[in-house]
Amino acid sequence: MKIHEYQAKQLLREADVAVPESCVARSADEAAAAFESLGGSLAVVKAQIHAGGRGKGTLRENTEQHGVQLVHSGQEAADVAGALLGSHLITVQTGAKGQKINQVLIEAGCDIARELYLGIVVDRSLARPVLMVSSAGGMNIETVAAETPELIYREAFDRDAGLDAYQARKLAAVLELAPGSVRSAVQFMQRLCRLFVAQDCSLVEINPLVVTANDDLIALDAKMSFDDNALFRHKDLQELRDLAEEEPTEVRAGDAGLNYVKLEGNIGCLVNGAGLAMSTMDLIKLHGGEPANFLDVGGGANVEQVTEAFNILLADADVKAVLVNIFGGIMRCTTIASAVVEAYKSVGFNVPLVVRLEGTEVDEGRNILAESGVDIITAVDLTDAAQKVVAAAR
Amino acid sequence: MSILINKNTRVLCQGITGHTGEFHTRGCLEYGTQVVAGCTPGKGGQTVAGVPVFNTVLEAVEQTGADATMIYVPPPFTADAILEAVDAEIGVIVAITEGIPILDMVRVYEKVKRSGSVLIGPNCPGLITPDECKIGILPGYIHKKGPVGVISRSGTLTYEAVWQLSNVGLGQSTCIGLGGDPIVGMSFVDLLKLFGADDSTEAVLMIGEIGGTAEEEAAAFVAEQIDKPVAAFIAGRTAPPGKRMGHAGAIISGGKGTAVEKVTALEAAGIVVAESPADMGLAVKRAIETSGRC
Repeated sequence: MKIHEYQAKQLLREADVAVPESCVARSADEAAAAFESLGGSLAVVKAQIHAGGRGKGTLRENTEQHGVQLVHSGQEAADVAGALLGSHLITVQTGAKGQKINQVLIEAGCDIARELYLGIVVDRSLARPVLMVSSAGGMNIETVAAETPELIYREAFDRDAGLDAYQARKLAAVLELAPGSVRSAVQFMQRLCRLFVAQDCSLVEINPLVVTANDDLIALDAKMSFDDNALFRHKDLQELRDLAEEEPTEVRAGDAGLNYVKLEGNIGCLVNGAGLAMSTMDLIKLHGGEPANFLDVGGGANVEQVTEAFNILLADADVKAVLVNIFGGIMRCTTIASAVVEAYKSVGFNVPLVVRLEGTEVDEGRNILAESGVDIITAVDLTDAAQKVVAAAR
Repeated sequence: MSILINKNTRVLCQGITGHTGEFHTRGCLEYGTQVVAGCTPGKGGQTVAGVPVFNTVLEAVEQTGADATMIYVPPPFTADAILEAVDAEIGVIVAITEGIPILDMVRVYEKVKRSGSVLIGPNCPGLITPDECKIGILPGYIHKKGPVGVISRSGTLTYEAVWQLSNVGLGQSTCIGLGGDPIVGMSFVDLLKLFGADDSTEAVLMIGEIGGTAEEEAAAFVAEQIDKPVAAFIAGRTAPPGKRMGHAGAIISGGKGTAVEKVTALEAAGIVVAESPADMGLAVKRAIETSGRC
C-alpha cells in the first residue's frame, strides 16, 4: 500500500525525523492560509499523488504548470493550488491520462547546501533490510544505480536490533558529512530504520535528503509504502489508504479476492494461478496479440468469484476477445465450466470466448460446456488457445 | 531414489483442524503419504481423518516420529508455526500458507539457516515424489515416476509443465514448488545441488518468473557445477515494470528482475530455455537429446 508524501512526513515527524514545516490544502483559500501560517517569504506547493516525477511532470489541462512550484506570497500559493487542484498531473510514472490532484502540500522553503539520497528496502537475496545512501540525491536512483553504481552505499541491518551506530557512521563518512553533524545523522538513520521495521514498510525513500547550510539533515521529500500482508497488525495505517489513487477495477477485483492488473491490449485473460496467468499473457504476445489484463482467479475460486471475474473483463471496453485458461489442480474444471455457463446467463458475452480446460475433472467440465449451448470456441492446448483467441480478437 | 521425501517420510500437518488443513491432509492420505500426526494448539487428543492431533509439534514428533511437516495455519501465525517446527528439529518444513509479512520471513529465514532443517515456501504448492509421497496441495494424479527433477516458483504453471512432461513420455523424480514470495526458504541453487547428487534424476526443469535474481544465481551454479541437462522457462516476459503479477515476488523493480536478463543468463549457462509456455516439456526433451544422455 502506498501513501501520500504528506502522510509519510507525518509518520516521520512522529518518529522524530526532521521534516520541513508544512500544511495540507484542499482549496486555493486553504493554500493561501497555509502560506501565511508558515510565516516565511517563500514556500513550495507540491501536488499530492501516488507517483514520482512530480517536479518535472505537467498538468494534462495546462502544460505550463508543474507538479512542484515555488511561491512567494499567499496569493501566489492560492493561484498555483487553484491550478493544480482538480487537474491531472502527468509524470513518467502515471501514464498518459495522468492522476487527479485532490490535495497539495504547502511546505516551508529551506536552505539547501547538498542533496543526498536515502532508501530502505528488504533485500531479497540477503533476506535482510538494507539502508542505501548516495551522494547523488535528487536524481532518479535507478539511473544512478545503472550508470554510477559506485555512488550507492549499502548497509544491511538486523530486523530487531536495528542499524548499529558504527554502520551509520560509515555511511556518514562516505557521504562526507561535516564532523559536527555526524551524531545527528546517526540518529536520523537509526530512527528511519526503526520506523521501517515498526511499521512493516516495504519502502522508505528520502530523495532528496537535504544537508542545510547549518549542516542539519532534513527529509525534503518522503515516499513510504507498506507490506500489504502486514496491514492486519496496523489498523492506523489502513486508514491512510487513498482509494482515489487506485485503478477502480483493480480495487473491485481485490474486494472479490481476485488478482487483477489492467494492461494496454485487447485480449482479456482469465486464468487460475499467478504463474500460469503470467505465462498466458506471454503466450498471447508470442502469437501476435496483446493481453488486456492479468487476472488470477486463485486456486480455490468459487462460481461467484469467477462470475465476478467475467463481469470485470466484459466491462472493459478495450476487450475484444476473452481467453479462459484453466489447469485444474485443486480447482475442478467442472467449477469453471459451471461458472462460464452461469456468467453467460447473468452477464451475457458480447465478445468471442476461447476456453482451454485441462486437469481435474476435465471431461466432465467439457461436457458441461458442450451441453450448455453457450457459444464457445474450445481449444485443446496452449498454442491452439493462443492462436484462436488472437484470431478472434482481430 | 528422489530428493527430500520418499515412501518412508512421516508427515505432520500443522493446522490440521482447519478446513484447508483437513482437506489437504485427506488428499495426501489418499495419495499414499504417511500423514502420522496433526498439530493444533488446544485441540490435542482429537483425531482428524484418522490422524491423531497434538497440542505441540514437539509432542507430535516424540510420539509419532514425524520428520516432515506441512503448514496450513493462517498468515499471522505462520512464522511462529515454522519456528516451532525448527525447534522440534523437523527436517523438511513445507509452508503452504500465502500472505506472510515479509519481515516475519526475515526473522524465520535467519533461524532456519542456522538450523538443521530446510524450509520450502511459504506461498507454495508443496512437493511430490511420484508414487511415494505428496506433501501439499499438488494434484497427485498428473505426476508419473521418472527421471526429471522439477523446480518451480509457481503452482498451476508447474502442473502444466508436469502434464507436458508426462505427455512427451518423461516422468518426474521429485517436483518442488519453491513459493511465490520475495523471501522463501530453499532456492533453485539449493535444490539443483540435491538433484545434481541424486542418481535417479537425469535432467532438471526450472520454472522461474520475473522478480529477484534467483534464476541468475541458478544459471551461474549450473554453468559451474551441474553436468546434467537443464531446461527452463521464465514467466512474465510481457509484464510491465512496477506491477505486482499476483505473486508478491513477481515484480520488476528498479529495472532489475526482467525476463530478458534471466533468459540471457540461463542461455549463457547452456540451459535450454523454452520460448513458449507450451514448449516446457519439449525443452526438457531437447536438453536431454542435445546432451547425448538417456
